Amino acid sequence: MAESILSLSGVRADIDQYHILHGVDLEVPAGELTVLLGRNGAGKSTTLRTIMGLTTVTQGKVRFHGEDITGQPTPRIARKGIAFVPENMGIFSLLTVRENMVLAAVSGPVDPARLDWVFDLFPPLKKFWDRPAGNLSGGQKQMLAIARAIIEPRELLLVDEPTKGLAPAIINDLAGAFEQLKQQQVTVLLVEQNFNFSRRLGQSAAVMNDGGVVWSGPMNDLADNDDLQHELLGLGLGEHQ
Amino acid sequence: MSAHDEIVGQQTRPQGALARFAAFRQDKPHIFLLLLMMAVALLMMDPRTWVLLTISGLAMGAMVFLMASGMTLTFGLMNVLNLAHGAFISLGAFAGASVLVWLSGQANAPSLLINLAAILPALGFAMVVAGLLGLVFERLVIKPVYGDHLKQILVTVGGSIIIMELIHVVWGPNEIPVPRPEALNGAFILPKSLPVIGGVALEKYRLIAVVLGLAIYGLMTWIIERTRVGILIRAGVESREMVEVQGYRIRLLFLGVFVAGSALAGMGGAMWAMYREIITAHMGDELMISVIVVIILGGLGSIKGCFYGAVLVGLINLYVGYLEPRLAAVATVGLMVGVLMWRPQGLIPVIKV
Repeated sequence: MAESILSLSGVRADIDQYHILHGVDLEVPAGELTVLLGRNGAGKSTTLRTIMGLTTVTQGKVRFHGEDITGQPTPRIARKGIAFVPENMGIFSLLTVRENMVLAAVSGPVDPARLDWVFDLFPPLKKFWDRPAGNLSGGQKQMLAIARAIIEPRELLLVDEPTKGLAPAIINDLAGAFEQLKQQQVTVLLVEQNFNFSRRLGQSAAVMNDGGVVWSGPMNDLADNDDLQHELLGLGLGEHQ
Repeated sequence: MSAHDEIVGQQTRPQGALARFAAFRQDKPHIFLLLLMMAVALLMMDPRTWVLLTISGLAMGAMVFLMASGMTLTFGLMNVLNLAHGAFISLGAFAGASVLVWLSGQANAPSLLINLAAILPALGFAMVVAGLLGLVFERLVIKPVYGDHLKQILVTVGGSIIIMELIHVVWGPNEIPVPRPEALNGAFILPKSLPVIGGVALEKYRLIAVVLGLAIYGLMTWIIERTRVGILIRAGVESREMVEVQGYRIRLLFLGVFVAGSALAGMGGAMWAMYREIITAHMGDELMISVIVVIILGGLGSIKGCFYGAVLVGLINLYVGYLEPRLAAVATVGLMVGVLMWRPQGLIPVIKV
């Protein structure tokens, strides 16, 4: 396994009076796509939010490139090169697609060459460039959300359930985009419920249950082992289409 | 959640005059209401009076816009109810008046250029003083109560009382007369040769207020629509968290907007001071009623809505004040009630998603 770019050790986090994370230990290897799996309510989304500094860590450490980033303000974490695509996509629906992208390019004007590459990945964005993002379809919004995350080179992408509620054809397009990111050796931590999508893309995997990571290892070990899937996810691959 | 999908486009043209009218009323409620109000007023008075009142109403609207625009931004972007905004208006008025008194030599010279050498520093000083106070106020008073409206109301009303008492300490408890610069006195007389409205005298100061108000509105619209800071402000109105996720420090943006809003209140106060030619520490409180009506009427957080709201408030004030003076005080609030019954979200709302 490659050297890890992000590591969580014993991370605990609460939302209001509820303890959501009870000591998460997670390593995200550099240059790989890691899938974070687990049942609803296992704490996957909270883990991503905690890495971004959106949920407060009450105990434990988050390290990025070995540096302790626990408790740092969200903008500073983002400027270190971590992009976050939340479950609701978090696009600014009153802004145009162009304006969404302009804001996403934090360090200056949008690089035209990179923008062309993004347009190749997600052609609808070019078509609706000057339309309000709120008028896009669900799949197009997801494209915009991911485009925003990759419009500048980043060290790490955190993506929360990009396939949720999307039609199979669009999921396929998204998978294609992630394949390209993988080829460029962008490090991705992907929360996903769709196991087929995860298996296709993931190089390593971690499974969460009840606020902790209960298994982690190469994706193939999990994909090839139906018993393990049953044990960890409560579902075999055959049932989870 | 931004998961609602609207239909892309919707660009079928409505058929028939009635349908087109309904669509116009729906899409451009601010223009519709403005035209309606001006037309009704025109029917009820002679055209010469109407021109006079309309210009005066626009002037008042322009000044109220300056005062209200800062508050609509603070409320729309930061979700902060700053009821001390009126005190910033008063402070701007006193700061501006002090400069005018100090530069009375330039202010009383019979040349517009020399007058400007007094007016511009007066407006500038009013903005700087109100802006600096805004900076201190945000750090000291607003920062601890972000996200809690009840506490915001309590502390900002308290802060407002303190600022007004401080004005009493510095400038004394009495009303202060403000010398209006020479070039702003007097009126333009429309040429007699003009049909119907020939010979109407338009006060210079009001015309200048209209021009200045339009210029500030244009500048603000440009900043909000075209610049990166403007995009950030609009994004922040929608989701503060996502602005931070993109790597922007929204607290700094908040502070900047608050200071800018305070400075605009100060400028509006100074303009109002030259208009009324007499100021008190409590003038801001009296203007706050109009300011609050304007931002609710226009739709919270919308600069455009704020501008049209201010113009509507200015116009209705003068029209009703002329037609039935006893109802003038009721008219502003009546307008707000009417608009809210028609469009509870205000004329041009910035939707919080």
